[in-house]
Amino acid sequence: MTSKKLSLLDPALVKPAVIESFRKLSPQVQWRNPVMFVVYAGAILTTLLLGQALFGKGEAPGGFIAAITLWLWFTVLFANFAEALAEGRSKAQAASLRSNKKNVLAKKLKIATHASGYEVTDSASLRKGDAILVQAGDVIPADGEVLEGVASVDESAITGESAPVIREAGGDFSAVTGGTRVLSDWIVVRVTANPGEAFLDRMIAMVEGAKRQKTPNEIALTILLVALTIVFLVVTVTLLPFSQFSVLAAGSGEPVSLTVLVSLLVCLIPTTIGGLLSAIGVAGMSRMLGANVIATSGRAVEAAGDVDVLLLDKTGTITLGNRQAVRFIPAPGVTEADLADVAQLASLSDETPEGRSVVVLAKQQFNLRERQLLSHEVEFIPFSAHTRMSGVNYDNRQIRKGATDAIRKHVAAQGGHFPEEVARQADEVARRGATPLLVCENARVMGVIELKDIVKGGIKERFAELREMGIKTVMITGDNPLTAAAIAAEAGVDDFLSEATPEAKLALIRQNQSEGKLVAMTGDGTNDAPALAQADVAVAMNTGTQAAKEAGNMVDLDSNPTKLIEIVEIGKQMLMTRGSLTTFSVANDVAKYFAIIPAAFALTYPQLNALNVMGLNSPASAILSAVIFNALIIVFLIPLALRGVSYKAQGAAQLLRNNLLIYGLGGLIVPFAGIKLIDMLLGLTGLV
Amino acid sequence: MTANAVLQLGLYLGLLLVLGWPLGLLISRVMAGAPPVWLRFLRPLERGFYRLAGVQPAEEQGWRNYALGLLLFNFIGAVALYGLQRLQGALPLNPQGFGGVSPDSAFNTAISFVSNTNWQGYSGESTMSYLTQMLGLSVQNFLSAATGIVVAIALIRGFARKTANTIGNVWADLTRITLYILLPIALVIALLLVSQGVLQNFRPYQEASTVEAVSFQQAKLDAAGQPMKDEQGQTVMETVTTQTQTLPMGPVASQEAIKLLGTNGGGFFNANSAHPYENPTPLSNLIEMLAIFLIPAALCFTFGSMVGDRRQGWAILAAMTVLFVLAYGVLVSAETAGNPAFAKLGLDSVANLEGKEARFGIVASSLFATITTAASCGAVNAMHDSLTPLGGMVPTLLMQLGEVVFGGVGSGLYGMLVFAILAVFIAGLMVGRTPEYLGKKIETFEMKMTALVILVTPLLVLLGTALAVSVASGRAGIFNPGAHGFSEVLYALSSATNNNGSAFAGLSANTPFYNVLLGLAMWFGRFAIIVPVLAMAGALAAKNRLPVNAGTLPTHGPLFVTLLVGAVLLVGMLNYIPALALGPIVEHLQMLGH
Repeated sequence: MTSKKLSLLDPALVKPAVIESFRKLSPQVQWRNPVMFVVYAGAILTTLLLGQALFGKGEAPGGFIAAITLWLWFTVLFANFAEALAEGRSKAQAASLRSNKKNVLAKKLKIATHASGYEVTDSASLRKGDAILVQAGDVIPADGEVLEGVASVDESAITGESAPVIREAGGDFSAVTGGTRVLSDWIVVRVTANPGEAFLDRMIAMVEGAKRQKTPNEIALTILLVALTIVFLVVTVTLLPFSQFSVLAAGSGEPVSLTVLVSLLVCLIPTTIGGLLSAIGVAGMSRMLGANVIATSGRAVEAAGDVDVLLLDKTGTITLGNRQAVRFIPAPGVTEADLADVAQLASLSDETPEGRSVVVLAKQQFNLRERQLLSHEVEFIPFSAHTRMSGVNYDNRQIRKGATDAIRKHVAAQGGHFPEEVARQADEVARRGATPLLVCENARVMGVIELKDIVKGGIKERFAELREMGIKTVMITGDNPLTAAAIAAEAGVDDFLSEATPEAKLALIRQNQSEGKLVAMTGDGTNDAPALAQADVAVAMNTGTQAAKEAGNMVDLDSNPTKLIEIVEIGKQMLMTRGSLTTFSVANDVAKYFAIIPAAFALTYPQLNALNVMGLNSPASAILSAVIFNALIIVFLIPLALRGVSYKAQGAAQLLRNNLLIYGLGGLIVPFAGIKLIDMLLGLTGLV
Repeated sequence: MTANAVLQLGLYLGLLLVLGWPLGLLISRVMAGAPPVWLRFLRPLERGFYRLAGVQPAEEQGWRNYALGLLLFNFIGAVALYGLQRLQGALPLNPQGFGGVSPDSAFNTAISFVSNTNWQGYSGESTMSYLTQMLGLSVQNFLSAATGIVVAIALIRGFARKTANTIGNVWADLTRITLYILLPIALVIALLLVSQGVLQNFRPYQEASTVEAVSFQQAKLDAAGQPMKDEQGQTVMETVTTQTQTLPMGPVASQEAIKLLGTNGGGFFNANSAHPYENPTPLSNLIEMLAIFLIPAALCFTFGSMVGDRRQGWAILAAMTVLFVLAYGVLVSAETAGNPAFAKLGLDSVANLEGKEARFGIVASSLFATITTAASCGAVNAMHDSLTPLGGMVPTLLMQLGEVVFGGVGSGLYGMLVFAILAVFIAGLMVGRTPEYLGKKIETFEMKMTALVILVTPLLVLLGTALAVSVASGRAGIFNPGAHGFSEVLYALSSATNNNGSAFAGLSANTPFYNVLLGLAMWFGRFAIIVPVLAMAGALAAKNRLPVNAGTLPTHGPLFVTLLVGAVLLVGMLNYIPALALGPIVEHLQMLGH
């Protein structure tokens, strides 16, 4: 997707975000964020005080009130900007999706068969249940289900994957998505969504944030932030009578001014996290989209961080899609090289991945070159369901390869002898979790080829990382328990479900959930739908059926089952960003107290200047520096909020220690340096 | 800290651990309705109470009914105590013939003892009859302690149970903790105190002749018993010379035991544990200090045992201990460092002995002051008003932290657990999971209740202090000028709201204004926290308990303890630093500047 290429602070995004941040100054928008609303109200109050100072007697020097007021408005604008920027990035992604969604011509069939005549209408007029014909070169006008025909379809518009995919009636590859293009052949499609409800529409709505609701954890955090805001409101409001009493008691100085109290309030309330909270949520969704995953709710993204158990399909996730030849086991009296030679001959015309792997293995082990056989001398025997063998007839040699039973029958029919040693070898291979493939030449059994599931490189390390993160991996496979156990051990998964049926999968999920665990899985077939609906994080493959997509709460556009691991990381990253910035925001307050308290009461109790550990120039400069720091820190943290804090697969204790050091201790120290720096700059420019 | 200070602290903590551990396990057995064999002789008594009250102890309640029962129980207790005080003049066991207590003082005192605060606007030996002391104040000392403990137990059950609708039976819980735990231990402590010379009699007050005549100044009281003021608003003082001394008597030891064991703190006499008849020897002083922390420490072990993970209890205890040792260190150092102004007067030592009993000295007084304010006890064996500014800030801050450093019986633990939830909520996010504590997800409802709990006390303290220093009737009670006067008001509100009950002297608080203000602060400071805590217990009990894995934030071990200590300190300091800056901090800086 093009949006991936947009850098964090791309000018194309920044400009509209700036405009948007002014538009968000409307009270209705501000009201939705209670913390920032307090800043907003404070800014209005100091603006009024400024007016009073300009047109009459102010409670503090006009220049000071003006500077504070200006920076309070900046604080509001910076928070608006952060949100607008995050939304802008999402909108850019949505726009690129929307460009696929144009009105196209649709060939609406009278009856749902390609032989009946069609009328050409507009895609917007299609309704659920209509049947349409899509021919080579046509854009599919709506989401639907293939009723008839087979076609290759270019789905790059939504997946970014340029290789065309096959869509055909029946089975798990029958769903088509509006906006994609048929490259060859034709299909008859029944429309499954009304205009505006199609998959693409829902994706755009999600991404644009139009339907974005606060996630449960975001609500809980907001409650905490509101509580802190109320506490600090009371802390600052009560300072007025405290200070009035102190003036009375000390007999010197003046009560603290409203401008100073508003400044203190804004500095204390958690504006950093309050201003960035919604940006973090939007950015989380946006990062999912960057990984080519569409989440149907923010809740799903949050749940991804909590996942305890990952159910992973064996094929395609843990192992490469295909088995490969790894060993030649010759029959008694046959050399390994002879077996390799015969096996290679039998496989030369076999274009299946297994066949190619036999040729490659023979070449690697015995340096047997691929031979160009003249076509008139050879007869290729393709695999048939009837004989369950394939092979080649060449120079009066009949070479066949196939399953043990098939070869046994074939040899017996030729009057040959089937050596028991070979049968034993074949069993042995099966026990190791691999598949035996027997080879014979005429009536003579030559030996066994061991075909093995190849575990993906690096997957074992990924599982170890997941274990470190506290996530249990379960391999789901249709294999028998023996084979499954062997592969599970090799891949390093924690557990496996063999001979898996949809019912068994569903039962496994329910059992884990009853123990309080959160389960994530991927699925594509219609028979996965019940399990997908049950799982807490359910990622449907985009190549999957409509039913699977409806049941899941995320759709992986790349249809890559390994993506689940990435999804979990993005979920965790979003939660971590929220927690880290909250900690940072609250820890900041300590330094702000040291800046503002001595300044606010300097006239009543000059002794309090002992608390001015930063050695700030003057009370006015100290307060202004704290306010400026408070505003600028929002801007500085925007990239972190959008990108998310870095996540490494570690145990919780280690993660907590690191993040507490960075954001907790850092949050205590950074503002001391920042406020001092701003104060020095203010001193240099002579502004205060 | 001096070697003496370290030694006394080490001895104290060691004894506390040895006594607290078995008691904690005992409490968890008793509260599960399975007291050990040697306590079973009390069973018929327990069953008798249930039959009398028509209670089915096995019928458990949801949090709403539990809270309702508890509120009703305490409300009735307050009304009864109010009535008893008002009518004491007509009732027996009143050898001094005291009349009824004034309405505002009786209101304040009733709430004070029901809420486990034991703020005393009155002076015991000149106000309360023996009957009021025994039947009213002592009884509420037991019941308010029981109230605090059962709330903590209910919250622990919330963590320990899975998908449960109930958190216990409030009547059974109150009966069991009182009968099997509070009464027997109080009896033992009372006997120990009597062995040290604490009084236990019903005699009228004794007149004794002193060797030489004594002259002293005291505030002149008007007909209503209030200090009289001259035209300038200064208190009118009069000089009194006498050669006789009235020695008050009474059933002291029985009340003293539960005063400390239940972290109540209301003294039989006005001088509280500084009075030789309440706390005669260094040994009685040690017993009293141990009694204060005994149940709060034990409940940490109860917690660990009930949630099925002892380490969780140790972590809470460790966090409390760290905060306690820090506070003690500052207080004892400040008192030992004393006042530099003394040096100018040519005194031998600058150490601050003012307001301390010579038989306890600086260290034992500082330790007692830290313990009594770390726990929400409020008994005193020295004058907190006479502590150095920093020394006085420590008790103030300990109360303002929410009385969670051991804290009140029960209330300390549930307060600390709320802080743990708060810490886990923020820190839990930092490990990339939605927060959970002890396998319970912390969600919106729990956060709402946590927010209420952390909001209530600062709101009451700060708004109450603001009101008191703004209105004439509030300012009228302040004797001391300058920042110290502010400290006194802040201390009073902090003490009442957090249900501590100790006082900086120097504030004439037995006035309708302060009696009503502090009465309201005590009631809401107690029950506006108990209700959300019970609501949280109900919500937690209803949740499933999640399994622990490597991705779960560990809530034991040094990292979590640090986090918890940090959360308590940060929240407390952020709330109160501005107010403290205008009180003790500026006092301290002024003292150094002189």
